[in-house]
Amino acid sequence: MEYGFTTAAYVVAAVLFILSLGGLSGQESAKRAVWYGIAGMALAIFATLVGPGSGLWLLSILLIAGGGVIGYQLATRVQMTQMPELVAAMHSLVGLAAVFVGVIAHVELGRVMAMDADQKQALDGFAKLLAKKDSVEVAILRVELFLGIFIGAVTFTGSVVAYGKLAGRVTSAAVKLPGGHMLNAGAAAISLIALIWYFNSGGVVPLLLMTLAALFIGYHLIMGIGGADMPVVVSMLNSYSGWAAAAIGFSLGNDLLIVVGALVGSSGAILSYIMCKAMNRSFISVILGGFGGSTGPAMEVEGEQVAIDADGVAAALEEADSVIIIPGYGMAVAQAQQNVAELTRRLRAKGKNVRFAIHPVAGRLPGHMNVLLAEAKVPYDIVMEMDEINADFLETDVAIVIGSNDIVNPAAQEDPNSPIAGMPVLECWKAKQVFVSKRGQGTGYSGIENPLFFKDNTRMFYGDAKASLDQLLGMIQ
Amino acid sequence: MKIGTPKEVINGEARVAMTPDSARQLQKLGYDCAIESGAGLLAGFSDEAYAEAGVEIIKTAAGLWKTADIIAKVRQPNEVELKRLNSKKTLISFFNPGGNEEGLELAKSKGASVVAMEMVPRISRAQKMDALSSMANIAGYRAVIEAGNNFGRFFTGQITAAGKVPPAKVLVVGAGVAGLAAIGTSTSLGAITLAFDVRPEVAEQVESMGAEFVYLDFEEDQADGASSGGYASVSSPEFREAQLAKFLELAPEVDIVITTALIPNREAPELWTEEMVAAMKPGSVIVDLAAEKGGNCKLTVMDEKIVTENGVTIIGYTDFPSRMAAQASMLYATNIRHMMTDLTPEKDGQVNHNMEDDVIRGATVTHAGEITFPPPPPKVQAIAAKPKEVTPELTPEQKRAEEVAAFKAQTKNQVTLLAVGGALLLAVGLVAPASFMQHFIVFVLSVFIGFQVIWGVAHSLHTPLMAVTNAISSIIILGALMQIGSGSFLVILLAALSVFMAGINIFGGFLVTRRMLAMFQKS
Repeated sequence: MEYGFTTAAYVVAAVLFILSLGGLSGQESAKRAVWYGIAGMALAIFATLVGPGSGLWLLSILLIAGGGVIGYQLATRVQMTQMPELVAAMHSLVGLAAVFVGVIAHVELGRVMAMDADQKQALDGFAKLLAKKDSVEVAILRVELFLGIFIGAVTFTGSVVAYGKLAGRVTSAAVKLPGGHMLNAGAAAISLIALIWYFNSGGVVPLLLMTLAALFIGYHLIMGIGGADMPVVVSMLNSYSGWAAAAIGFSLGNDLLIVVGALVGSSGAILSYIMCKAMNRSFISVILGGFGGSTGPAMEVEGEQVAIDADGVAAALEEADSVIIIPGYGMAVAQAQQNVAELTRRLRAKGKNVRFAIHPVAGRLPGHMNVLLAEAKVPYDIVMEMDEINADFLETDVAIVIGSNDIVNPAAQEDPNSPIAGMPVLECWKAKQVFVSKRGQGTGYSGIENPLFFKDNTRMFYGDAKASLDQLLGMIQ
Repeated sequence: MKIGTPKEVINGEARVAMTPDSARQLQKLGYDCAIESGAGLLAGFSDEAYAEAGVEIIKTAAGLWKTADIIAKVRQPNEVELKRLNSKKTLISFFNPGGNEEGLELAKSKGASVVAMEMVPRISRAQKMDALSSMANIAGYRAVIEAGNNFGRFFTGQITAAGKVPPAKVLVVGAGVAGLAAIGTSTSLGAITLAFDVRPEVAEQVESMGAEFVYLDFEEDQADGASSGGYASVSSPEFREAQLAKFLELAPEVDIVITTALIPNREAPELWTEEMVAAMKPGSVIVDLAAEKGGNCKLTVMDEKIVTENGVTIIGYTDFPSRMAAQASMLYATNIRHMMTDLTPEKDGQVNHNMEDDVIRGATVTHAGEITFPPPPPKVQAIAAKPKEVTPELTPEQKRAEEVAAFKAQTKNQVTLLAVGGALLLAVGLVAPASFMQHFIVFVLSVFIGFQVIWGVAHSLHTPLMAVTNAISSIIILGALMQIGSGSFLVILLAALSVFMAGINIFGGFLVTRRMLAMFQKS
């Protein structure tokens, strides 16, 4: 067993990866967990280099180091508000790497198949592995690498588009080419035909055709999804990058790849599921983009939006005993998290009970708001999930909504005809007073009028979130 | 524009429609404020306090009525005052438009706009300017205090060395704003408090204030309070009879009765008859808050305190708010200030008398040379009628049955999934070679572990989770490393690129995760 050591190392690495993910169940254990992940990765690479890795060590190490320098730069420079972009960009790299590895497997398979038995004896490394396969195994190998390339290609273009949308370089509105879903379905059909063709012939043409089709699907699928659905998209792409790794693992016969790919794949799938549930929408309807049609006319909103100035908000905050702050994507856009944190510190110093309520889909990435608040040094034990805090609004004096809209829309509960009917929302309107910091009178991402803004206990605090909070900080010492 | 407040002319009225605090707020709306010298004295606000708040002090009432564009006062204006109005002036005060036709005519002939504070519609948006409620609140509180003043015993029950003192029993009739305030005050003084109202839907409010609601043995669909703007309406003769019988039964037991029953624009209904007064114990006290409209008890004398032959004190004062002038002025001035806020949407010190606005329209009784009373009914219903929903309480057996059913469904679900999954695995195993199956088992188990582990991840750590899974998905680097030395230049190039990209990801992913996790701090 020449690779005995490698296999043993892989087992240890797999356990480390599982511990690494499991450790994320709590903030403190997470700090340890990330070291498990790093150790697992280091062990896996080392074991591969000394084991089945075929030569060119120096080149490999140089390349990893080079990539490491760039990765280090990215990781230290990125602003926390840009996390969604960074994660999307990094997914695209995994996708592209999966495509390349799949293509190499195809090239090598072709070369090895063309050899006679004597030549096969002389091979080593990856080629040797291929040479041992019988015809059924070769056929399975083709399916595996085909799938790996397909998923990798979808992940690649999908992530690039998601990156563009999150970074604001591509419009965040849902855009579809004429033909809509038919184009996606067509591309998928082409890929399926290419699979059958490739399965039988092993030629390069169907592989290329499928790759192009997959690249198109990734592009068009994500273009058709709007900005606010990005938490689902990013976690879905995360999941895909895992499945791609798993498929490649099958074709290379590498168990660690399969294990890690499956872990990442299921992690992304669960995250997507949680996000969809938080919006009360099915995964399919998110992926197909846009909101479903409503079943009747939306409830008329009666009343008026009453504005308030910083004076009024400051006075109410001075009097309040308990305050709940509900941040949304608007806070990230205005980079207002530091001001929010400062406000929190000052209010807490006065002995007020200040907490945060986080909706699962607030922001553009699962857990986005938590990271921003953590960056601004808001202690995590006053940052609550929706289910933990929803019942407490009744006993709250002041709720402050900063840059969120749909996640605090009472229409989700009150109006069965609303497009977001049934979506769980933060019931901030039950607080004695609600202040909404908002740029203007526009509607949210879903384009639905928000009856919260018209409620009697709601006051609109118009203006850029950061500027508004600056004003407020001037009045609360 | 200038807002002015004259001294109240009616004798004994201590309230004032502007306080130094409300003047400061009015100035923020862009108005200048003026006050007649000494107007706030009885409510405890000196001229100096006003001057400090930037209010102009005007010596005479005539001077004030002349310079001010908007006059805010408390009591219904008399003829002299109304004659000082003109078409450019706005008057805000109580006006009693239903019983003050001459006043309406006079204001109309002068062309002035008059906003009657008692006409503010009872919708939630207008609560902040509902002076009737704020005054009623004070009246309810004060009624209990006055009753206590004339009641020779404790409210609360006590057991002392000198003997046992039973708690006083207080009956509050009419659970409107005044009634609820009276209930609150009475219970907090320690009395046993009973309350009655013709609207059974207020029973919940009554009980929430700590009183016991008096139910009648009577079957009738009672009018929903929501249809009459939240006020009580006239009840049927049969209902009245049942009510009087109940009161007669209670009369010998109670020590203090506070009646607050008023029906808008009608004489107060007689609820506490002479027979009931006669049945009461000597030393008992009745406070009739409806004295101004004839009283809920026919023996009540308006503005006076009388003692009946059998020793029951009946208080018929109508100036309870004025007896607490400082508090009442503060609340009333705030009501006025909110009214001005609504009249000044631009905050530019100019009145925009918007007759399309429900609240302003409802409260305005004369405007632009027309009498605009009575107003059309408000468009928004005061209190939305709630459909009655009754979810039957589940019996323990039903609950148990549901649990069993849920358990069975879950079991069935899991077993089906397992069976389907197992069958699929078997089907794959039949065609696939053993080498594939080895890997496949690893795959299925890993997915399973993944699902088990990820559910435990904290919501707040989802972003670090994404970053870390992103980093470890760079495990794809193993594939590239295995291939890099094998074969042609193309293979080396592609593999090298893959290694490079995965390298970026490994370092970038883990470092950014570290960075994020380090930020999470406990307080």
